[in-house]
Amino acid sequence: MGKRLIPSFILVFFLFLLTPSLLPQTAAGAPDPNTRLARLEQQAADAKSSADNAWMLASSALVLMMTGPGLALFYGGLVRKKNVLGTMMQSFALMAVVTVLWGLFSFSLSFGSGNSFIGGLQHLFLRGVGAAPDADYAATIPLQTFMVYQLMFAIITPALIAGAFAERMKFSAMMAFTVLWSILIYDPMAHMVWGKGGLLNAALGGRFPTLDFAGGTVVHITSGVSALVCALYLGKRLGYPKQAMPPHSVVLSFIGACLLWVGWFGFNAGSALNAGSLATSAFVATHFAAAAAAIGWAAAEWLRNGKPSTLGAISGAVAGLVAITPASGFVTPMPALLIGLIAGLFCYWMVARVKAIFGYDDSLDAFGVHGAGGTLGALLTGVFATSAVNPIFKDAAGKTLPSGLLEGNAHQMMNQVVGVAISWALAIVGSLAILKVIDMTIGLRVSEAEETQGLDLSQHGEEGYYWETPA
Amino acid sequence: MTKVEAVIQNSKLDAVKTALQEIGVEGMTVLEVRGHGRQKGHTEVYRGREYSVDLIPKTKLEMVLPDAIVEKAVQAILVSARTGKIGDGKIFLTRVDEAIRIRNEERGEGAL
Repeated sequence: MGKRLIPSFILVFFLFLLTPSLLPQTAAGAPDPNTRLARLEQQAADAKSSADNAWMLASSALVLMMTGPGLALFYGGLVRKKNVLGTMMQSFALMAVVTVLWGLFSFSLSFGSGNSFIGGLQHLFLRGVGAAPDADYAATIPLQTFMVYQLMFAIITPALIAGAFAERMKFSAMMAFTVLWSILIYDPMAHMVWGKGGLLNAALGGRFPTLDFAGGTVVHITSGVSALVCALYLGKRLGYPKQAMPPHSVVLSFIGACLLWVGWFGFNAGSALNAGSLATSAFVATHFAAAAAAIGWAAAEWLRNGKPSTLGAISGAVAGLVAITPASGFVTPMPALLIGLIAGLFCYWMVARVKAIFGYDDSLDAFGVHGAGGTLGALLTGVFATSAVNPIFKDAAGKTLPSGLLEGNAHQMMNQVVGVAISWALAIVGSLAILKVIDMTIGLRVSEAEETQGLDLSQHGEEGYYWETPA
Repeated sequence: MTKVEAVIQNSKLDAVKTALQEIGVEGMTVLEVRGHGRQKGHTEVYRGREYSVDLIPKTKLEMVLPDAIVEKAVQAILVSARTGKIGDGKIFLTRVDEAIRIRNEERGEGAL
């Protein structure tokens, strides 16, 4: 009897569990089709939002990586050893300082509603910037995502200018310059091209709609032209051009350039502001332009110097990425190859020939690559933009209109020229004013002794490499 | 005691060290130096700017030897360091007044 007790208990227990299935089955509590449909549609929208948000957060991270360590390494390797930390610090400090400005008021000035030239203060201290999307900008992601994505652009833009005054600008002056530049030049430019009511906003009905998908005008022209102004205002480095100042580490620059290439996928493809097919198109155009431009620059060097250099190849890739920035969301892959190739050749010419002819010391070719490449790219965008990729212009009835010159919209070239001209003008006037103010107050340039000693020691009290010191 | 200084091609360092060890030279100092005699340098190009590099990397060996083996050492260096082209380097000999071992203050040729 005892041996059968437990198995009997288990059997009875299982029979007990099965009894509900013996009862008659009713369909009680099943929701009606309409409710289920509504729930399904909500789930689909949520899934899309999740996908878009995931991509946009990843893109934001990629763009920040472009500054640190991408640009820091790229520029850091190009300067002399005694200035490596000073150069990297310039990029890094901006990651911190611009972030604070953006959070306090710069986001509001750039993307708030205001007038054609600047936004308002409704998002001061990021008020109203939360989980809810702003449909004017990106309907499927939180406005906070959009804000942090745009922040990364605001960070890298002034960091690019450092290429022009490398090795001779005081750190304090650089910080003051960047704060003022970010507020007085970047914010208005970003507002005009991308902000609600912006004068040049192609997506939101600006008066001179400039096609600029990811920042050819806002980022590259403004920074590149400001760079030229800075280089001319500050003057040449001591010993330039007679004294040899080769890059102290093309290895660092190489690593930086590769990080820039990969990060640029966030910069351009992320500018689609969602994870759809436009992002894919921009991703592909970006990559193809970089490839063609690297080949173009390297080929030009091979022909001219007999050898293609590593520095040339990576510089070419960067030039191509700059030029495709405004075009990335408007062109197909083959024009992207062509834009890249032209940019590689054009920027090589600007850097290797034009700079020598005019004699300005744009130390790291911020103007030659970003200013010139950005201008070229903005104009070629007007040539190759097609509504087949991005139907950005529509008539009153909602019919898609042609985008660029080759598609039949010759007038768009005028708008591109207006956008380019405004970028140049704002950069020149704004930079000159800021430089003058800083020059009259704290001074811009380090002393001759400090410049000879190097920025690392004179500005930061550090040395980049301590390899020769005995244990 | 004679100080033997030899400026040689970087690629010949291993051969010269081996040759000297084979004849019984036990101590030497090796320095990485840059310089030139009649050897021309080369040109590097960075973003269109040419830099002529005329200070060429070389290796310098220094050793202080008893007079008895100086000529053998010189021969060993000559044979192992020579390529026959301009840039092979030079050997200099100078007289040394005194040599002192730091560990036990031993002086003279015994300290070498």
